[in-house]
Amino acid sequence: MLSRYTGRSTFLGFSGMLLLLALPLFLTNYYLHVLILILFFGLIATSWNILAGMAGQVSLGHALFVGVGAYTSTLLVIWFDLSPWIGMLAGGIAAMVAASCIGYLSFRCGLQGPYFALITFAFAQAFQILTVNVQTMGGASGLNVPLKGASFLAFQFESKITYYYVGLGLLSSALLTIGRIGHTRTGYYLKAIRENEAAAQALGIDPIKFKMAAALISAFFSAVGGSFYAQYVLFIDPQSILGMNLSLEIMIYAIVGGIGTVFGPLMGAAVLIPAGEFARNLFGHSKAGTHLIVYAIFLVWIILRAPRGIGGWIEDQLGRVSKETYAQTA
Amino acid sequence: MRFVFILQAALTGLMTGGVYALIAAGLTLIFGVMKIINFAHGEFLMIAMFITFFLTTGLGLLPYFAILVAVPMLFLIGVGIFVITLKPAMKASDLTKVLVTVGVSLFLQNICLYFFTGNFRTLDVSYSQHKVTLGGLVISFPHLAAFGSSIIVLSSLHWILRYTDFGRSLRAASENASAAFLVGVNVDRIQIISFGIGSACLGIAGPLLAPIYYTTPTIGSHFVMAAFIVVVLGGMGSLNGALIGGFLVGMVESLGGLFMPGSMGPLASVLLMIVTLLLRPRGLLGGKRC
Repeated sequence: MLSRYTGRSTFLGFSGMLLLLALPLFLTNYYLHVLILILFFGLIATSWNILAGMAGQVSLGHALFVGVGAYTSTLLVIWFDLSPWIGMLAGGIAAMVAASCIGYLSFRCGLQGPYFALITFAFAQAFQILTVNVQTMGGASGLNVPLKGASFLAFQFESKITYYYVGLGLLSSALLTIGRIGHTRTGYYLKAIRENEAAAQALGIDPIKFKMAAALISAFFSAVGGSFYAQYVLFIDPQSILGMNLSLEIMIYAIVGGIGTVFGPLMGAAVLIPAGEFARNLFGHSKAGTHLIVYAIFLVWIILRAPRGIGGWIEDQLGRVSKETYAQTA
Repeated sequence: MRFVFILQAALTGLMTGGVYALIAAGLTLIFGVMKIINFAHGEFLMIAMFITFFLTTGLGLLPYFAILVAVPMLFLIGVGIFVITLKPAMKASDLTKVLVTVGVSLFLQNICLYFFTGNFRTLDVSYSQHKVTLGGLVISFPHLAAFGSSIIVLSSLHWILRYTDFGRSLRAASENASAAFLVGVNVDRIQIISFGIGSACLGIAGPLLAPIYYTTPTIGSHFVMAAFIVVVLGGMGSLNGALIGGFLVGMVESLGGLFMPGSMGPLASVLLMIVTLLLRPRGLLGGKRC
């Protein structure tokens, strides 16, 4: 499926990117904030997609890796006054260590499908419970990132525009990575494993090795996203950054956008986050719950309307158009 | 620590475990037939608890009478939601269906938040302080009622699945849907009804839980987490497993709360879930491979 994204779609993607570079210059702070949220969720949903979309291993606990990233960089600032840029890298590595433990155990034991989803869910829960109870990690009340004044080294900026560009850079690197992997031997092996693991193994592919590789890359970028979030919001707590809801949200964006496509997860975030904000602005002042009712209806509607995701839906529409034009010319 | 405390904690856990088993039975039934994890399950339970709360405070009857109303209502709500949201997604991937249930859960939670606010409501019933003493151990009446009723319901469910025609078709559909279809089982109908029955189980669990816990729009997530763990321990799709898993999770949770510092109690059951998935993914009763 990825290979379809080489021609026209890549071109579209990069012209879109160009537009994204110019966009913040024309926007107010609020819209910029929404865009930054799209970049953050787009980044972690894209990372999730490396494991779920390419390798076919659906994780129901990806908040774990996001949280490891956020907590690592924040704790390194608090304890050692280390720059969050280094913390981000350290967080990525820590998440890779966590992913290799979880991945090795579950892939070794042959867990697939819902079983893999449930064990990732369980690991994320376990880590959340631990974090809530460890006071040096801020416990249930969370951690404030110490204010250092605006500086590049401290990863704290005066203007949201800078955060926007940083987020855009991180997202692009994740997108480039997943796009590149799709065309390498590893990418084809992963697709073979996703489609039929036993058959892939019979051809001499080591499924554990390649699933592990996907898990590590996925965890790394999720953690990078987590550190970015911590530096942007300057506050993290177990509920928001490690909770079940975040894991589900990641999944929702990726699947609504189109699982297994390069730009799908970003598209999902780019459609659903503004929709949620729109509902909040429209109904946020009415009784509690109103805007989420509207959002939930929209969510279910769009899933039913485009079961293969927005990416898949666009593909279908393009396919229909090109078939029609083909019929006319023929 | 005195041994009696441990026994007491285990006993209380066993009682709650009965209700966990009942909640998980609905979840595992739906999983067995449709192979999806229903994320809206906890919200159905929450609705059942709200029905109980308003019937009890409105009419002044015992909460257990609410079962008569909650079971058919939950069945209808379950069927209705299945037909509106899941039926159109039947051809889509399992993941898409799971996501639909996530959307439904968000919807139901906020509908209840809208109408009933996020306040915590507790049901004050005259007998909530009644106790049964058993050689130094104490069981509160609501716990005992919850335990007893769960066992009765689960046994009848077991009987239905085992000995009726409907039960046989349901088991056939969950074993192999296309083969069941080929021998004349109406799989569509089975799916709708099993979703209804899975939800109706909560119509019983809700009234049993309302006197013990508080009722609020987010209460469902607490129980659904426990139910996930129960389903994993018992083996996904296994009703007997749900019973044993329920008892186990109830006791482990309660003992975990006793022995672990802070709010670490739930960690014990989560770790149990991880170990079970790794060593016996098909559940404690099932085989080694998944």
